[in-house]
Amino acid sequence: MTSTAVVALPPAARRARRKGAALGLLAWLVGIVFVLPVLWMVLTSLHSETDAATNPPSLAASLTLDAYRNFFGAGGGASPWPALINSATASIVSTLLVLVLATPAAYALSIRPVKKWTDVLFFFLSTKMLPVVAGLLPIYLFAKNIGMLDNIWLLVILYTSMNLPIAVWMMQSFLSDVPVSIIEAAQIDGARLPTILARVVGPIAGPGIAATALICFIFSWNEMLFARVLTSVVAQTAPVFLTGFITSQGLFLAQVCAASIVISLPVLAAGFAAQDKLVQGLSLGAVK
Amino acid sequence: MTTPMTVPTARTGPTPRTAIPRFKTRGPKAWARRAPLLPALVFMIAVTQLPFVATLVISFFDWNALYPNDRHFTGVSNYSAVATDPALRDSVVTTAVLTAAVVIASVVLGLLLALLLDRSFPGRGVVRTMLIAPFLLVPVAAALLWKHVLYNPEYGLFNGAITWVAKLFGDTTPPQPDWISSMPKIAVETALVWQWTPFMMLILLAGLQSRSMDMIEAARLDGASNWQIFRYMTLPHLRRYLELGVLLGSIYIVQNFDAVFTITSGGLGTANLPYTIYQTFYQAHEYGQASAAGVLVVIGSIAIATFALRVVSSLFREEASRS
Repeated sequence: MTSTAVVALPPAARRARRKGAALGLLAWLVGIVFVLPVLWMVLTSLHSETDAATNPPSLAASLTLDAYRNFFGAGGGASPWPALINSATASIVSTLLVLVLATPAAYALSIRPVKKWTDVLFFFLSTKMLPVVAGLLPIYLFAKNIGMLDNIWLLVILYTSMNLPIAVWMMQSFLSDVPVSIIEAAQIDGARLPTILARVVGPIAGPGIAATALICFIFSWNEMLFARVLTSVVAQTAPVFLTGFITSQGLFLAQVCAASIVISLPVLAAGFAAQDKLVQGLSLGAVK
Repeated sequence: MTTPMTVPTARTGPTPRTAIPRFKTRGPKAWARRAPLLPALVFMIAVTQLPFVATLVISFFDWNALYPNDRHFTGVSNYSAVATDPALRDSVVTTAVLTAAVVIASVVLGLLLALLLDRSFPGRGVVRTMLIAPFLLVPVAAALLWKHVLYNPEYGLFNGAITWVAKLFGDTTPPQPDWISSMPKIAVETALVWQWTPFMMLILLAGLQSRSMDMIEAARLDGASNWQIFRYMTLPHLRRYLELGVLLGSIYIVQNFDAVFTITSGGLGTANLPYTIYQTFYQAHEYGQASAAGVLVVIGSIAIATFALRVVSSLFREEASRS
């Protein structure tokens, strides 16, 4: 609650100002507390294994990139590249598929709405409300019967279905922001649908569509239950690799930190890029 | 995994987007209108609704993957097995407690943070970014961070900090608790609250920033105190956003698997429903029972979800009527 400083009352204004400064300081403090574990993880990843595992913690130990080198296989462990490539494949391809399916659907739910378009919209949402775990077994059995277990394309399909409702909701709300009058004007000028999409709808809804893609990417990259159950050696994704990496290598604190950071980097980058639209995506378009 | 459900409140009044004239809504024209929708719709039904039907069917069979020839129809016996299985009943309670604790704590913390961030102060953008960081770690990485880097009894940061502070006071044998084994549930919950508070903060901050500042100024001029403004104006306005945060948080956290799997491997009484079902089918190979448990989870979720859909739909209608 911002209190406007009343110029005519210096003591009250000063008091309000001091209070404001105190609250600002408190916000900074809380922010630091929240980010501290992350910063500590970064610092630990830059320490040698012996410096990382001391009690009390060694803050000023010398920095090294050994943990990162070891994580990428210099220490003789399994290389993380196949898992990272699997994760990238599953996330990027499923995100593209989501966009291909969701864009026309959102168009038919906003710009040229079908009858009962809200019911359709809520059908999409309802599929997001129920636990993934209830469908896990039939999907597993199905995949086993058709020989799709440990196949990254199975995850591509599942991640597409996981993100499609979110994308439809988000894109519906972004496409609703495109003023109908502009589209009509373009139609009167003789523009056909592809031109309208590329020249009118695209530029206005573009940033929203980009944010939708980033959020779908994040969810696919983070997913672990499906990946854990449906993949093993060939198609394992980065989160699965991360959990397996701990059990197979014993505990290497610096390396665990380095691994966690490397695997989180794409999500951190995508998340900060989509920061402004993050709420809208996560709340399925309900909050703008 | 999912099932269609009727949405009692989805029927909005006059649709706000009818500005493009609808000429004919029957025949080929209507299908041309529906065509862009069909691929997404068919895909969703195939991938999310059919598996659930299969789950329902399997739940009536006695089916253990280790004895594939013994598969036969058993009626509701899986359901009675599930209902009388103490481990499963425990995991229902664990799920409820875990979800409630994490959602309530992160909503309260998120509200406080949102109120702090709603004022302008130097570096507000930086603080916002710092607060979002926990939410943007891969959930498994966050769980590993808490388990190994913070909670570890020998060289975790918590016990390290205790040693360090104790040394300052000349205490050479400080307490070194084993956080995870002594308080497993709180350990899992704390890690989740840390990750979910930023989410709640973002939603509530959006709510705070959608308040009408004119009305608040007017109230202030009429002599309302900060507390009165918060209690009688801000909080009622935020109600929708609080509900939304609680419900979305519940939906996501009820399904949590990563933290339970990573931090405690479902041990020490922290196994929640997703973890128990995962175990029933992945390790015990009891397909019939896992399916019955899955169906029960779905039925439980429908209760939350119907309510959640109602909240989203009322927010949605509000937005629609505003635009």
